[in-house]
Amino acid sequence: MSTAELPGAEPAADAAVPLQPQAETPFGRFVQAYVESPLAVFAFVLLVLIVGAAIAAPWLAPQNPYDLAQVSVMDSRLPPGAVSMDGYTFWLGTDGAGRDLWSAILYGLRISLTVGALSGMAALLIGMVVGLFAAYVGGRTENVLMRVVDLQLSIPAVLIALILLAVLGKGLDKIIIALIVAQWAYYARTVRSSALVERRKEYVEAAICLGLSRGRIIFRHILPNCLAPLIVVGTVQTASAIALEATLSFLGVGLPPTEPSLGLLIANGFNYMLSGRYWIAFFPGIALLLTICAINLVGDRLRDVLNPRLAR
Amino acid sequence: MAVFILRRLMQAVLVVLAMACLVFFGVYLVGDPVWMFVSPDMNQADIAAVTASLGLDRPIWEQFARFLWSALQGDLGRSFVFGEPALKLILSRMPATLELATAALVMAIVLGIPLGLYAGLNPERAGSRTIMAGSIVGFSLPNFWVGIMLIMVFAVILGWLPSTGRGETATYFGITSSLFTLDGLRHIILPAFNLALTKIALVIRLTRAGTMEAIHQDYIKFARAKGLSQRRIVLVHLLKNIMIPIITVIGLEFGTLVAFAVVTETVFAWPGMGKLLIEAIQRLDRPVIVAYLMIIVLLFVVINLLVDICYSLLDPRVRLGEVSR
Repeated sequence: MSTAELPGAEPAADAAVPLQPQAETPFGRFVQAYVESPLAVFAFVLLVLIVGAAIAAPWLAPQNPYDLAQVSVMDSRLPPGAVSMDGYTFWLGTDGAGRDLWSAILYGLRISLTVGALSGMAALLIGMVVGLFAAYVGGRTENVLMRVVDLQLSIPAVLIALILLAVLGKGLDKIIIALIVAQWAYYARTVRSSALVERRKEYVEAAICLGLSRGRIIFRHILPNCLAPLIVVGTVQTASAIALEATLSFLGVGLPPTEPSLGLLIANGFNYMLSGRYWIAFFPGIALLLTICAINLVGDRLRDVLNPRLAR
Repeated sequence: MAVFILRRLMQAVLVVLAMACLVFFGVYLVGDPVWMFVSPDMNQADIAAVTASLGLDRPIWEQFARFLWSALQGDLGRSFVFGEPALKLILSRMPATLELATAALVMAIVLGIPLGLYAGLNPERAGSRTIMAGSIVGFSLPNFWVGIMLIMVFAVILGWLPSTGRGETATYFGITSSLFTLDGLRHIILPAFNLALTKIALVIRLTRAGTMEAIHQDYIKFARAKGLSQRRIVLVHLLKNIMIPIITVIGLEFGTLVAFAVVTETVFAWPGMGKLLIEAIQRLDRPVIVAYLMIIVLLFVVINLLVDICYSLLDPRVRLGEVSR
C-alpha cells in the first residue's frame, strides 16, 4: 500500500476515465482515487477543454485576430453580442483594433499556456537536478546550494522576474528565462527534502552495494520515488507561472505586443476601462482565472491522492 | 548570541554585495549606457569624450569599485529622465509605497483575523465554508486583474471611490501621508484592499488553523470550567495564544507587500516607488532601476535579519543549530 502508490503515477491522465470496477494497476487505483472528487473531475475536464481550445485556436476561432485582412477598425470597441457589418456576431465584443475578443482570447491562451508550460517544465528539470544532486552529495555542496535556494525563496518571485526583465529586456525567450530563474528554487527544495528521506532507505543502500553508478542510483532509483511531490508542486507552480507572465506582460515588461498573451489583452483593455468598456479587460481575465483555478484544483486533488499520509 | 548576530550580519552584507555585483554587471554590461547620452549628430570624438566623462573608458573592475564606493556614500547615479539623484527620487516616492503596504497590512489583520476566528470556531457552518472558498479564490486570482475589476465596479459603475492617484496629503509629525485626510483615505481604500487580498486569505487560513488547534487545548477547557464567557475565552485566552505565529508571518510578508505594490501601484496610478520602477524600466532609466533594486534588496535583507534575530531570541535551538553545523 505504501510504496505501491507511487510508480506510474503520471500527471497526464488520459481524459476523465469513467469508474473502472476492477482497477488493479497502480495507475488504475490512482484514477479511481482521483475521480472520487466531482469538483476535481470537473476541473480536469475544464483544463482539458482549455488546453484543447488553445491548441485548436486556428480552427476554433472565427477570425484570425492578427490577420489584418480579417479585422476591420470599423468594428472596434463593439459590446458583446454586437453584429458586424458582414453579419458576424461578436459574442464577447471587440477590442480597440476591431478584433473579435473570443478569437483573441483563444490565441492569447495559446501564448500564455506555452510560456507557462515551457518555463514550468524547464524550471522543474533544473530544480530537480539541483535538488537531487544536493541531497545525494550532501556536505558542503549541499549547504551552499540550499543557501542559494533559501535566499531566493526569501525574495518574491515577481520581484526576481522584474529584476531580470529590467536587465534582459522584453521578449518571449526572455520572459521564459525570467520565469525559470524565478521558480527553479521551489522545485529544488521539494525534491531535496523527499530525496533526503529516500536516500536513507535500504533500497538505495542495496543499489550502492551492487556497485551501480551514482547517476543510475540518483535517476533510476531515487528520482521515481520523489516524483509525487514534484508533480504536485509542478501543477501549482505552472499555474503561478501563467499568472506571473500575465502580470509582467500587463506591467509592460513581459511579452512584446507581437505576442499577445492574455496579460497583454487585459493591459490593452485596461485603457478602455474608465470609459465603461469593461469587456475588453473582463473576458480575457475570466479566461486567465478559469485556467489558473482549473490547474490549482487539479493540483490540490493530486496532492490528496498522491500523498498517502493525507488519506482520510 | 553576539556571535550569531555577527555571523548573520556578515551574511547579510555578503548578500547585499553579491546583489550589487549582479546588478552592476547585469545592468551595465548588457548594453553600453553611453548610447543613452549620445545624439545622432555626434561624431566619434564626441562619443569618446562622453564615454570618458562618464568614466566608461576605464577597466571594468575600476568602474565597479567606483560604483561600490559611491553607492556606499549614498550616490547611485542620476536619473536620465528626471536629472535628479536616483536615490533621492526613490526615497521621495518611498513614503507612498510604505503607506500603501501598511494600510494593506492593517486591512489584512482587521479583516482576516475575525473571519478566520469565525471559520475556526464554526468549521461546519455554511458561512465558514464560504469564507474558506473565498480565501482559495483570493489566492488564485491574478492580483492586477482584481484591481482592474475593483476599479470597474467601485469607480466606473458605482462611482463611490476614486480609482487613481493618492489624493490629498497632509503632514503631521514630519510624515506626509494621505492617511491623514478624508480624501486621501478614500483614495487608499481600493489599492490597499487590492494589495491586501492575498494577505487577507493568508491570515484567514492561519487564524483558522490556529483556532482549530487551540480550541481543544487544556487551558481553553479550564477557562470554560471556570465559567468564563465564550467572548472572554475567545478574545483573551484563545486569541493571545494564536497571535504569535500570525504576527511572525505577517511581519515576514511586509517585504512581499512592498514588492507586490509594483503591480497595484501601476493599476491604481499610485505614485510610489514601484510605479517609478516600471516607468524606469520602460524608459531604460538605468540609475533608477539600480537604485530601486539596491534599496529593495536592502529592505529584504534587513527584514530577514530581524526575523532571524527574533527567532534566535525566542528559540535558542536556532542559534545552537547554527553552531553545531
